[in-house]
Amino acid sequence: MSADGKFGDYGGQYVPEALMPAIEELTDAYERYVLDNEDGFMDDFRARLRDFGGRPTPLQRADRLSERYDREVYLKREDLLHGGAHKLNNALGQVLLAKYMGKERIIAETGAGQHGTATAMACAHLDMPCEIYMGERDINRQRPNVFRMKLNGSEVNPVTVGRGTLKEAISETMRDWATNVEDTHYVIGSVVGPHPFPSMVRDFQSVISEEARTQAREKLGRLPDAVVACAGGGSNTMGAFAEFVDDEETALYAVEAGGSTLEVDEEAGVAPNSASLTTGSEGILHGARTRLLQDRDGQIMESHSVSSGLDYAGVGPELAYLVDTGRVTAVNVDDDEALTAFHRLSQMEGIIPALESAHAFGYLESVAGPDAPDSAEADALGEYVVVNVSGRGDKDLESAIEETYERDIDIAPNMDEFTGGL
Amino acid sequence: MSLEDAFADGPAFIPYLAAGDPDYESSLKYVEALERGGADIIELGLPFSEPIAEGPTIQNAVVRSLEGGMTPTRFFEFVEDLDVSVPLVCMTYYNLIYRYGEESGPRPFVEKAAEVGIEGFVVPDLPAEEAGPLREACDEFGLDLVFIVAPTTRGERLDRMMEQVSGYVYVQARLGTTGAQSSVSDQTGSSLERLADYDVPKAVGFGISSGDHAERIVASGADGIIVGSALVDIVADGHENGDDAETVADRLETLARELKEGAVAGASQRPPHPERT
Repeated sequence: MSADGKFGDYGGQYVPEALMPAIEELTDAYERYVLDNEDGFMDDFRARLRDFGGRPTPLQRADRLSERYDREVYLKREDLLHGGAHKLNNALGQVLLAKYMGKERIIAETGAGQHGTATAMACAHLDMPCEIYMGERDINRQRPNVFRMKLNGSEVNPVTVGRGTLKEAISETMRDWATNVEDTHYVIGSVVGPHPFPSMVRDFQSVISEEARTQAREKLGRLPDAVVACAGGGSNTMGAFAEFVDDEETALYAVEAGGSTLEVDEEAGVAPNSASLTTGSEGILHGARTRLLQDRDGQIMESHSVSSGLDYAGVGPELAYLVDTGRVTAVNVDDDEALTAFHRLSQMEGIIPALESAHAFGYLESVAGPDAPDSAEADALGEYVVVNVSGRGDKDLESAIEETYERDIDIAPNMDEFTGGL
Repeated sequence: MSLEDAFADGPAFIPYLAAGDPDYESSLKYVEALERGGADIIELGLPFSEPIAEGPTIQNAVVRSLEGGMTPTRFFEFVEDLDVSVPLVCMTYYNLIYRYGEESGPRPFVEKAAEVGIEGFVVPDLPAEEAGPLREACDEFGLDLVFIVAPTTRGERLDRMMEQVSGYVYVQARLGTTGAQSSVSDQTGSSLERLADYDVPKAVGFGISSGDHAERIVASGADGIIVGSALVDIVADGHENGDDAETVADRLETLARELKEGAVAGASQRPPHPERT
């Protein structure tokens, strides 16, 4: 990364002028507190991640998956972090940083509600007032998370513009920030947005790969052959990859949401997937140049995924760059494969994963499962694979059951027993 | 006429409408009504799907215009079909400029804009730091690049911006997003003071909705006023009530005239040499 936050041609600071002084102030604070550990900021952050968050999370051998895929499969258990997802790493880091900067108010956007929940928890823990913007449609599909945010004392502001999902929630939070920029910090939820957010969020999330790297050496005496993580905006992805980027022997796989199809309906402005690394093109959205789902004019398309946490038309600029340079391989898994993987992990390992994380397991099945053809891809995964379980699936139970019922997933239990209760 | 020339004969009145709101034909009439009402420059919005600097009024205009089929290609046709003589400024977000045409970067968009007679650009998500390629293309085709100065813009940032600006500076009267207000922000005066030593016309926007506002803004030292949401509100009301385009155009012309007259009245109250600090 260069000093102005560019990753190759990606990144940058494409924001309204009113926000620029705040972004300069944040860049300065990021450099001093995060990079230089001024006032022991990083020590404070790490101690809170341990005591409040429950870190380190385990690196667990998945016995039955190892047998199924005929290789060593290890799970990085971010689902065991407080709140049930990797999101707390970033939210706690940013709210604490805002506190060190003397900010008095926190705002954040949320899609699936995991980032909003993590931010609300961090704000209660650090005694900061907090408002969360959430698309109205997402509020309806993620009600338990709305309750959690409110229980932690945050306000939840519905966003009714557009389709009412993450993209609109980010735009609305940026508008709030542009209005209240002097006393407010915007806790962005992924490795997206203007510099320094992509770098800063990566640094807060990189605790995942830092631990995984040490744990991998302890368990097997060497680094893994591959790390697999799902990718929407890319915060768990960059967190799981960051410390491995210089380890050329470890392959890195970013698994995007293939949705229902990779085909795009230009006329309707709809991409029935969220695979911006695979199918997107270069453009500028929400403060950064990156890869986007957009039509030929540059209008942003509505994305889709069965997993609302992956349902976003853009991706972090650094991840886009690492894919372009060939360091990270972008692959994708469709809605059906992800749902099947959701059930398989639940049944075989006793872990109900978030639908986001299920995409990573869907990829394993598609290249190394019993029905997969012998392929170079399966060989490339190697003998020793780490999969990031970015979150647990409690928040997704209702939509997973509903979607399974509609799709006829063959390994799922009889759905008639569930739907009566919904 | 260049943008800067539009400030030569007294305060410039700069109205904004989103092109194609709510449909192509009505929108042509609305923009032409602004000129009859006394516009000196017209800012034409090319709608982008994620307008992060806009309040609800203009967000809704963007939705109407996109639903009406507006695209960058249609926008250039719109400009060619317009029967106005005052200079036109295109206000849009950078992705549409960046993506236009076969070659990557802003050049094809600027070339096409110059060809249809656009005089300059305002790009709300393009701060001076990222504006190099667009500034270069504007220089190549002789177009102006207007920057927005926020109440939070100071010191070095202001200098950097002033090195790149041409045409006029858009002085953002208050923090936040666009939208009509019932009173005028007092942040305007101090913003104008910070800009006093820069030799470029200063046009104030964000929140101006009446002739009275326009008068006070110009009296406090502005060289021009920019009005968007108050005009877009008229378009929105007309659309909702199903009023015919001529009626809506008349209402726009009436408000435009009030704003222009307010600006002119404000100019007569200005001290001949504003105090500089």
